[in-house]
Amino acid sequence: MSINPTPTGNETGTSRRNFLKAAGLTGTAFALGFSSTDSLASPILNLSGHPGLGHPELARPGLALPESVELTPYILIEKSGRITIMNPRPEIGQGTYQSVPALIAEELEVPLDKVVIRQTGGESKYGGMWSQAVGGSGSIRGGYTQMRKVGASAREMLIKAASNQWNVPVEECFAENATIVHKPTGRKLAYGLLAEPAAKLPVPKDPKLKDPKQFTMLGKSMSRLDIPMKVSGQATFGIDAKVPGMVYASIERCPVFGSKLVSFDAAQSLKVKGVRQAVKVERVIGKNHYDGVAIIADNYWAALQGRKALKVKWDHQGHDTFNSVDFEKNLRELAKTDGVVGHNTGDFDKTFANAPNQLEALYETPIVSHSTMEPMNALAHYKPGASTPGDKIEIWVSSQGGDLVRDEVAKVLKVPADNITVHILFNGGGFGRRLTQDFATEATLLSKAIGKPVKVVWTREDDTTLGPFRPMTFSAMRGALSADGKAIALQHKVISPSIDATMNQTYDKTKPDSTMLEATNEQKYEIPNLNTRYVHADIHIPLTYWRSVTSSTLAFSHECFIDEMAHKAGQDPLAFRLSMMTKDSDAKRVLLKLKEVSGWDKPLPAGKGRGVAQWEFFAGLAGQVVEVSKDKAGGVKVDKVYCVIDLGTVVNPDTVKAQVEGAIVMALTAATKDGITFENGQAVQKNFDTNHMLRINEMPEIEVHILAEGGPVIKGVGEPGLPPLAPALANAVFAATGKRIRRLPFNLEKV
Amino acid sequence: MASLKLTINNQAHTVDVDPDMPLLWAIRDVVGLTGTKFGCGIAQCGACTVHLDGNPTRSCSVPVSAVVGQKITTIEGLSKNADHPVQKAWVEHQVPQCGYCQSGQIMSAVALLKQTPKPTDNDIDTAMQGNICRCGTYGRIRQAIHTASAEMASSPKMPKTTPKIGKR
Repeated sequence: MSINPTPTGNETGTSRRNFLKAAGLTGTAFALGFSSTDSLASPILNLSGHPGLGHPELARPGLALPESVELTPYILIEKSGRITIMNPRPEIGQGTYQSVPALIAEELEVPLDKVVIRQTGGESKYGGMWSQAVGGSGSIRGGYTQMRKVGASAREMLIKAASNQWNVPVEECFAENATIVHKPTGRKLAYGLLAEPAAKLPVPKDPKLKDPKQFTMLGKSMSRLDIPMKVSGQATFGIDAKVPGMVYASIERCPVFGSKLVSFDAAQSLKVKGVRQAVKVERVIGKNHYDGVAIIADNYWAALQGRKALKVKWDHQGHDTFNSVDFEKNLRELAKTDGVVGHNTGDFDKTFANAPNQLEALYETPIVSHSTMEPMNALAHYKPGASTPGDKIEIWVSSQGGDLVRDEVAKVLKVPADNITVHILFNGGGFGRRLTQDFATEATLLSKAIGKPVKVVWTREDDTTLGPFRPMTFSAMRGALSADGKAIALQHKVISPSIDATMNQTYDKTKPDSTMLEATNEQKYEIPNLNTRYVHADIHIPLTYWRSVTSSTLAFSHECFIDEMAHKAGQDPLAFRLSMMTKDSDAKRVLLKLKEVSGWDKPLPAGKGRGVAQWEFFAGLAGQVVEVSKDKAGGVKVDKVYCVIDLGTVVNPDTVKAQVEGAIVMALTAATKDGITFENGQAVQKNFDTNHMLRINEMPEIEVHILAEGGPVIKGVGEPGLPPLAPALANAVFAATGKRIRRLPFNLEKV
Repeated sequence: MASLKLTINNQAHTVDVDPDMPLLWAIRDVVGLTGTKFGCGIAQCGACTVHLDGNPTRSCSVPVSAVVGQKITTIEGLSKNADHPVQKAWVEHQVPQCGYCQSGQIMSAVALLKQTPKPTDNDIDTAMQGNICRCGTYGRIRQAIHTASAEMASSPKMPKTTPKIGKR
């Protein structure tokens, strides 16, 4: 933790800390500089595309903001009037580069297009513990009030400074377009002229937030500021980073997980023009340590050629017999065991045993890759000091968290966190993959080994085959209906490997794995006897979060099985769901809205079918209706997807729409394209020719409806659009064809 | 190694590289234009799409020695102020999310509209199928292409830097 050495008055300092406490920013000592050039503890890469602050900044050792004043760590105002807003949430495509600064700018009364936006890099003053990370659809729902308070407190300080200067009551002053106006006289003072006196004032403990009716940005579809850069090739991604004297590396890692490096022979590699050296390097991912051999070269192509010429001897430690067929057989065997109870209401066993109508089904889903379009990469520079605590590290990287990079590099390299400078660049996709920082620590270890800044770029094959992957889940479902067709008992037993078990040293198999049982007990259906169970299956392959985590597979089994129960009860699947929701809930509102917008009650022509699903989980809530049509060749075409997402409060509706569209495409890919399967210990699918992704010709029409009717709870955006798609699709396939899909992925062309 | 003369965005560059080096890496690592992206290395994803004499080409799979004498256009050379009708339509429809594939998408779309000024949805499917977007922006890409098509039809003057179609 760092304390800014700039002296601060006790009173002011305390009140600032109190403010930060009030704003929910506790747990970290915040650096609250009052002046100027050292107010940024480290140079922070500009991602704004502001004239003169583009790519060349990468090569500049330190970027000082001349004569700027830090009103809070998130807002810097220069005397020239230029305002910088620090965005703690990395941009991975989800729009936080616009939406998070907008929360501050709205209250600060500055138009966003006149602001410079910079990305924080894990600095202590912006908080740790994921406060500078993007995951769990949490940026807006976590920061909505907190970031607005940041802007509002700065606004109040600027107003106070102006009223002091004019010697008028604060009530007579208001903020507008980066100036403070004195209402009775029309006098104006620009923020640039007020920042310095304002910074000397105490930070208001409880600033008054704007009435949402007065919002000029929040709640409206605003243009994203990163888009002009992204259509002109000017946006800088991690893979684009460059520093003087850097070399390139490609790393050969064993595709058979768990193998040990025996020896390598780089004689042929070193003959490739441009190749400099071959070095052993370690990839650390959770508890797993994997050996690799890095080929260092003057350019990436040479590194790749050198890698091709490399001879490596691996000891597979027996892992080269691992394969998906046997592993799945094992899961089906394990499905017959009881596992441990996750949730229990009522008496499932007794109700099920005595019920007039019983159903059972086993649902199966695959391991999948994240396959961000930008393959994993990192540029790292390890700078040895006089002694180890003096060593410094600088990293340029596409990552889902500046604090995550800093903490993980500190841990693996054993260098104090404050000696690590992280530049978070635009992420070419995240989807959960970039929450794990193995690519950053590996590049840093390599830089330390070779004594130079080095950019490591993974090939697509590396990226596809080396994980960490989304886990597969199998679900053994059992349900019971009363004689009059009411759902009276439901059991969801998840059989799967575990993310936690593959990543953490300690894992307690006697306890239910809440991540792997995610949300199976959170649906709003009023089923009196509900039982969830978890059966753990050991695997040695690293697994991690994938957009919407386990909901991405458990919603499929759960919501398809509800559909099976509806059909068994002879009821319309949507009416069946609503009949289990007698109490008001957001989920019920979503289904009712879905019913309306999808025209659910209007019959479809022959050969067409529609299916419905909803899912509520930690990230939020959405429901979908999918319409499909049969083709003559025995396949099914996805015609249209209706989605209703419940948010409570919306910040940028067009971004929400885009996120839902993207989530649907990702879910459709995972449901109907390739999973990752293993033979001889390694992933079979290696690149986009075997690990297919949805393409434009397969894109269905999508209609998105946002429920944002206020309320105290703000729900997430990035993930909730994903879980309902696979079950709604499979349910539609059943409606159109009578074929029940219980295994993903399935081939739309041959249902 | 060989000294090769390349014409990129109407500028002459001499690069001293392995003649087998794919054009992609010469553009990115040697010339230093990073708007063109690496996605797969096997011409499956389209992130590296550039124009060779106006034709969309996957630069990851063309050796640099094969393009000497051809006019290479990258995203940076499409227009001076990001004001090509396709780029403007991309902004209007807020197409990009992560944005990583979008240079390639735009280069493919520009080439499509050169060939087929008023593309049908089928034309778009055919021309754009080689470009993967993991963020799922396909619906907006389709709309933006139609918008750009309409815009280009109404303004006969093409931006000067738009590449001409030449023989391969």
